Amino acid sequence: MSGATQKSYYWLGFRTGVPFLLVVVPFGLLFGVIATEAGFTSIQTMAFSSVVFAGAAQFTALQLMAEDAPFLIIIATALAVNLRMAMYSASLAVWLGKAPLWKRALIAYVNVDQSYAVSINRFEDEPDLTLSQRISFFFGAVTPVCPMWIVATGLGIWVGDTIPDWMALDFAVPICFLAIIAPMMRTLAHMIAAVVSIVLALALAGLPYNLGLLVAAAVAMIVGAQVEILMDRRAAK
Amino acid sequence: MINDMSAGYIWTIIIVLGVGTYLIRFSFLGLIGGKDLPEWVLRHLRYTAVAVLPGLVAPLVLWPAANGGDVEPARLSAALVTFAVGLLTRNVVAAITLGGVTLFGMIWLLGAY
Repeated sequence: MSGATQKSYYWLGFRTGVPFLLVVVPFGLLFGVIATEAGFTSIQTMAFSSVVFAGAAQFTALQLMAEDAPFLIIIATALAVNLRMAMYSASLAVWLGKAPLWKRALIAYVNVDQSYAVSINRFEDEPDLTLSQRISFFFGAVTPVCPMWIVATGLGIWVGDTIPDWMALDFAVPICFLAIIAPMMRTLAHMIAAVVSIVLALALAGLPYNLGLLVAAAVAMIVGAQVEILMDRRAAK
Repeated sequence: MINDMSAGYIWTIIIVLGVGTYLIRFSFLGLIGGKDLPEWVLRHLRYTAVAVLPGLVAPLVLWPAANGGDVEPARLSAALVTFAVGLLTRNVVAAITLGGVTLFGMIWLLGAY
């Protein structure tokens, strides 16, 4: 494998990325439909998907806007959803940190959950890859997914109102989120963090300015980290 | 709905979120290069997604606006099935598919629409 050319690593990445279309296309389509329904113009919706380029945060912002949350709360909560990408950025930097700045700038823009996950798996499985093979693989993996996110948003705008009530489109967002969250329950610490987040978000739902979610998330993050420390200590004994 | 929000307000949200998200993604790749982060920062970052998203979804599942904010059996069971399938199979597509089937199946059974 390590003798393979740069081009073949691009296509290897590409093939690894293709299955994610099954998630990205419906999710993007849904964003197009819901943003339009919420009152965004087509241009605003397309700009949202191409500038922010992060489905979960886009849906979060949209939801909070629909609930009339204040500006700072919308920004803080949506960015909190994206904080996980700082972790992706840090762990990719270990493997791609020596790439030229302009390439790192581009990698950062297209670094989404799926491309991160498959790339980091590949880099860890084959630590002997050259820098250019890693970069080729990464860009290969994002090629099928990223443009289709924007195309799917456009499709959603176009399909828009023709979707009937019985399709219960309101519930597509919770279903997508739940499907993304469930596989994240890798350890006891993840599960406890999720439970704390749910319990506090429900208990604090009455707080003004939708502050409840932000408080719940901050506490859940700290609890997750503390449980991890406890589990590590126990394992070390 | 967002009808009463001005275009300027919506654009501000898009741009601020876009710039903020990009800075988060670029952060370590761009500024620190290959250097390591302190362990306690990484430890907290590992839990951001599971700390934010469940809290965001929980009220939408329990108190759906489509049912006037009351518990609604079709949506609740679809949520449980989606989560259970995702947990057991670790397969996002399978979870969405079976969750959707449950939602439509229950809506049809209950004759909700």
